[in-house]
Amino acid sequence: MHNFFLYLTLMAYFGATGLWLAYFLAQRERYHRVGVWVMAGGLAVHTLALIQRVWSIGSLPAATFGQALLLFAWTLVAAFLLLIWRSPIKVLGALVAPLAALMVSGTLILPQPHGPVSPLLQGFWLTVHICLTMLGYAALALACLGGVLYLIQERQIKGKQFGFFYRRLPSLSQLDTLNYRCLTIGFPLLTGGIITGSLYAQHTLGRFFSWDPKEILTLIAWLIYAVLLHERLAVGWRGRRAALLAICGFLVLVCTLVGANLWLTGYHSFGKFIQGP
Amino acid sequence: MNLLLCGVNHKTAPVALREKLACLIPDVRGAYDHLKGWPEVSECLLYNTCNRVEVMCVSEAPEEAAARIREFFARHPEITPGDLEESFYIHRDQAAVQHFFRVAASLDSLVVGEPQILGQVKQAYREATENRATGPILNRLVHKAFSVAKRVRGETGIGDHAVSVSYVAVTLAKKIFGELSGKNVLLMGAGEMAELALEHLKGQGAGKITVANRTLERGVKLARRFGGEAVSLEELPEQLLSADILISSTGAGEILLTRDQVKGVMRRRKQRPLFLIDIAVPRDLEPAINDLDNVYLYNIDDLQEVVEQGWQRRRQEAGKAERLVAAETLKFLHWLETLEVYPTIIALKDKAEAICRAELKKTLGQLGPLTPEQRQALEVLTASVTQKLLHDPIIFLKRNRRPRRPHQELDLVRRLFNLDPDRGGDYHEKE
Repeated sequence: MHNFFLYLTLMAYFGATGLWLAYFLAQRERYHRVGVWVMAGGLAVHTLALIQRVWSIGSLPAATFGQALLLFAWTLVAAFLLLIWRSPIKVLGALVAPLAALMVSGTLILPQPHGPVSPLLQGFWLTVHICLTMLGYAALALACLGGVLYLIQERQIKGKQFGFFYRRLPSLSQLDTLNYRCLTIGFPLLTGGIITGSLYAQHTLGRFFSWDPKEILTLIAWLIYAVLLHERLAVGWRGRRAALLAICGFLVLVCTLVGANLWLTGYHSFGKFIQGP
Repeated sequence: MNLLLCGVNHKTAPVALREKLACLIPDVRGAYDHLKGWPEVSECLLYNTCNRVEVMCVSEAPEEAAARIREFFARHPEITPGDLEESFYIHRDQAAVQHFFRVAASLDSLVVGEPQILGQVKQAYREATENRATGPILNRLVHKAFSVAKRVRGETGIGDHAVSVSYVAVTLAKKIFGELSGKNVLLMGAGEMAELALEHLKGQGAGKITVANRTLERGVKLARRFGGEAVSLEELPEQLLSADILISSTGAGEILLTRDQVKGVMRRRKQRPLFLIDIAVPRDLEPAINDLDNVYLYNIDDLQEVVEQGWQRRRQEAGKAERLVAAETLKFLHWLETLEVYPTIIALKDKAEAICRAELKKTLGQLGPLTPEQRQALEVLTASVTQKLLHDPIIFLKRNRRPRRPHQELDLVRRLFNLDPDRGGDYHEKE
């Protein structure tokens, strides 16, 4: 029963994946419309699953890698639906839906340790830190996916070989706008996440920055995005370079999320959050 | 009853012959009067496009009708029977339906998938109906052809791929800029292809148009035609700052714009994308420009290549469309076959109704005064008895449409119910 809503969510996301892949191949508008509704339904159930967890833990579920994935998937889907509503880049669904489905599967597959959460991980400012960071991740993830689509489409147009993708992908300007929009939203969120995190660290650990691998990697990603945003606004960087940087930045972020927990050790790594029984 | 389609098209006849035949048509009324005058033809439709002159008709005597149409074509003083010998084709029934569907779906066109042909067929049909030349069969055939054409367009990608250089330029611009509204176009030099592309871009809502020409005079003339302004070629780099699309087709014979120039311009443009189309031979723009970020350079060969790809895709999609047409052809033929049984079904129903009426009259006379409800109940009773009785024979007629000897079965039903009382005895003598 604990995972009932999660299984429903997973089904919805896999369903949406199928629909968007069908849309991508057959280019029928109907698949996209149904896909949006299935995805929105999935998000609703996903929200219920999160509420259930918050209820039982008493704080935002971000103590294990699986929980963090669940949270990230939620923000990603929410951000995507918001984006689709504002500027329809429909094929993005064919990337976001499977990604969300995989992340939710990850939550279900990974061990779900029970036990009291370290008191270090409770508190209002920490919740703000996690929320801001996750929302930032979601926006920057969309920028990265948009960047991938941009690079594919740009290659088709520059290479003058119009294949399968040329017709199915949106125009370069649409994809570049996506990059810009997600960057201008994601970067402040990430910045806010970093600031609240370091303030909280100062409050609890007595220092702003601990040279923890996750912190260092996040700072590198932040610098990449800062450079990108600055160059975009000042010199007018766009297109290929912007797409490449958005992809690089997000890869570093993925390292902070996945790598820092699997290979590196530090106080940010999830394994340390749950106190043994 | 047979369907017959005769005519000539671009595959069988040279343009000179098609031109002469097309001359027969402009007087549509006269042509239809002529065709309708023949007893062999019960319905007909006449259409001509730049690539074909064809007559579709319904006839009881297809051989004679075909000969008549051939005579009609040969009426033109400059056409000898020998001209028609090789180019005149006659399609019957299935082949005729299929050919007509293919024409309407633009599968038989010179430019496969071009959208104009459907409009031309629609126009021809309008003329035919105005002249009361079509009947139930052709009406249905034509409407089916329209729906087949619509399905082909919607379900296959036959019209999706640009197959002309100027149109390729427009679709490319759309893939780069998304919306073309507000995008400024700079035209360098002039030429048919460049002007066609400009025309297309304007049709998509392109913004300011500027013409740069070696001789300002000619530039001004062109600019006036497209509602833009004229500048001299020396201002080119400056002009590139505000342009988004450049179409170049001068006869300069030398490179007018180098990579370094464009690089400088891009910096000053803040990297806003630039789409350069070089249709001049020899080229006006340095090929290395394409290496720059956010600059997309296409020369005439690149565009031709895309056109060729478009053709290949269209040919692939045409295969799908052919299957669709074949399926719809069979459906139509099936409908045509059921058409033959309708007179018999109607005769059966008429007979049953007549019997009902006569018997009701007799019974009502004997029963004396009845309430309206009772009277209605009797009517319903007789009607439903006959209906139920006739249900099976009618289903038999409608469904069993591919028997070995269709006419004998039809005759059997007519004899069984004595639908042709005058000819009752003939059947025995015939068999």
